[in-house]
Amino acid sequence: MSATQSKSRTERLMAQPAIGMLLAWMIVPLAMTVYFSTQYFNLLYPNKSSFVGLENFAYFFTYPSFWTSVLNTLLLVGAVLAITVVIGVLISVLVDEHFPGQGIVRMLLISPFFIMPTVAALTWKNLLMNPVSGFFAWVARLFGMTPVNWFADWPLFSVILVVAWEWLPFAILIFVTALQSMDREQKEAAQVDGARAWEVFRYLTLPHLARPIAVVVMIEAIFLLNVFAEIFVTTNGGPGDATTNVPYLVYTQALLEFDVGAASAGGLVAVVLANIVAFFLVRLIGETLTAR
Amino acid sequence: MFVGGAARADATLTIGTVNNNDMVRMQTLSADYERAHPGVHLNWVILEENTLRQRLTTDIATHGGQFDVMTIGAYEAPLWGAQQWLQPLDNLPADYQVDDLFGNVREQLTVAGHLYAVPFYAESSITYYRKDVFTAHGLVMPEQPTWQEIHDFAAKLHDPAHGMYGVCLRGKAGWGENMALLGTIVNSYGGRWFDEQWKPQLDTPPWHQAVNFYIDLLSHYGPPGPSDNGFNENLALFAAGRCAMWIDASVAGGTLVDPKESSVSAKVGFTRAPRQVTDRGAAWLWVWSLAIPASSRQTPAARDFILWATSRPYLQKVGERYGIASTPPGTRLSTYDAAYMSAAPFAKVTYDSLRAVDPAHPTLLPVPYKGIQLVSIPEFQAVATLVGRLVAGALTGRGQVDEVLHTCQNAVERTMKRAGYYEKSSPEGRQP
Repeated sequence: MSATQSKSRTERLMAQPAIGMLLAWMIVPLAMTVYFSTQYFNLLYPNKSSFVGLENFAYFFTYPSFWTSVLNTLLLVGAVLAITVVIGVLISVLVDEHFPGQGIVRMLLISPFFIMPTVAALTWKNLLMNPVSGFFAWVARLFGMTPVNWFADWPLFSVILVVAWEWLPFAILIFVTALQSMDREQKEAAQVDGARAWEVFRYLTLPHLARPIAVVVMIEAIFLLNVFAEIFVTTNGGPGDATTNVPYLVYTQALLEFDVGAASAGGLVAVVLANIVAFFLVRLIGETLTAR
Repeated sequence: MFVGGAARADATLTIGTVNNNDMVRMQTLSADYERAHPGVHLNWVILEENTLRQRLTTDIATHGGQFDVMTIGAYEAPLWGAQQWLQPLDNLPADYQVDDLFGNVREQLTVAGHLYAVPFYAESSITYYRKDVFTAHGLVMPEQPTWQEIHDFAAKLHDPAHGMYGVCLRGKAGWGENMALLGTIVNSYGGRWFDEQWKPQLDTPPWHQAVNFYIDLLSHYGPPGPSDNGFNENLALFAAGRCAMWIDASVAGGTLVDPKESSVSAKVGFTRAPRQVTDRGAAWLWVWSLAIPASSRQTPAARDFILWATSRPYLQKVGERYGIASTPPGTRLSTYDAAYMSAAPFAKVTYDSLRAVDPAHPTLLPVPYKGIQLVSIPEFQAVATLVGRLVAGALTGRGQVDEVLHTCQNAVERTMKRAGYYEKSSPEGRQP
């Protein structure tokens, strides 16, 4: 046995505990969720737990708010992605040109990302969107209009606004750094050849940003599928089920209805849903990446 | 001070309770208790109601043993008692005067002859109204109005241009928020949650009438955005003088007559909760009570503490410290003496309401459950949370009432079927 072979064997052995722990870390909660999803287990009825097969899934799929929650999840992810990518690209291009105070402006643009979701949601709910004492209501009254009761009349739109505000800085951060690596000489050459600003943007900047856009879409999608704190703090999933997404529905099953079985089934459904979305996004984006 | 069996030395009691005024006062006054019982240390966990309920439920269902004293409501006490999750409070000392407790309040906390919790305060629902506004419009509030009369008054008094709303009611979704009020409206229209075979009755005429009436009343003559308003929001609105009428918990009376907290302290009138076709179940009964989980290892000390915090001397101590109107209401007959009756203008209505409620016979038609605005079965939280959410949605214009109730009916029936209520062999639910 050569020295390198025994060395790599020792390395493998030494890595085993870490790998084992990581596996256990992942497998044990997942296995428990799978187990509980086949049980009728209501926390208020612990003596009555019993094996029910797939009944919990049937129950979760036919729950009155289920399809609404799937639709809300997709709307939330889609709308926030669209807002952060479009506005993120525009703002990044805008602050890419040198101007006095550029560093400070970039810093301010990125800072909302460091605010905790609950704090951001409370700020929007109480200071900005409150129909009596909020800033928007004050502006509306300034122009003689009736203030909008945001979270009651436009609940999902309001949640989308809050979440988009939180994620826009992330998109800007990625795009701004990507633009810094863009070839200035190419751009200047195009301008010498008489390309207008729009043409530079369309044929140079956007293709250059294709890859960062793909990264932003993928990373944000993963997090946006799990939005919970903003909904919990602002609307509690309501009014009705207007802002209930799949994670919030799982929460209502587990901690408002204490139905552990249905909540576990819902958790697995959420995992599958996330995988479907991720699968399509990766396919879609992978194609645009390899096409280049 | 009475002491039912001296507490053993050096015990640390973890007490989970709600962040309501009366409980916070208990925490303040408990310094006296600690001084009188050297060696007993109290560790307070004070949380908002929903958070506390989640913490306590998960703790007790998994036998976590984090708490020695739990503050639980009229819903949990009989359920948890029946599961033997709470320690029975038998053989109470004579100086506790257990017969001084309101009979129906005690009944709500008793399972199979054993008391499982002692009442800290109890409330019914009553009607608050502005005497000055009624006089100015030449209106007279009857002793027990009907919901139709409330509607007519609200239509006359509603004046949003001058910041006066006809009626404030709970609209916020939740089984303890909008469904508590709606439950009493449905009862007063002659409805019920379940028939004797546990078939849900949400798709019946009384529910349709009651929910349509409630949504019509609140969206026409209520404050803007009523689906955001729970007990605390409405209390703030009424105390700020923005509501002509408000039907809610009797425990708000203490705040509304306190000039430090209410701008209408001298102008508020009190009367019974509205009836409609019946007064059965027209006013609710809620009890905050103290109990000892079976998993506690400090039983003697915990028992001594909860008896202290619900005793006659404790109630008197609160009255001396914070004013007699602040005495935790609704638990002891001896609270309602002449001094309290004259100091607290809401006392008589509260007393009459509490004496009248009968949780064992809550509705016009017979039902298989106990509880007026609640149904004492584990599934109730799930179904009432769902119905509450959909009704709050209908209040903001999402969905027609008839469709919503039809959806609710199916959902509730499904939950009950899933829990095994319709299996012939086990009428009381799924067997293990």
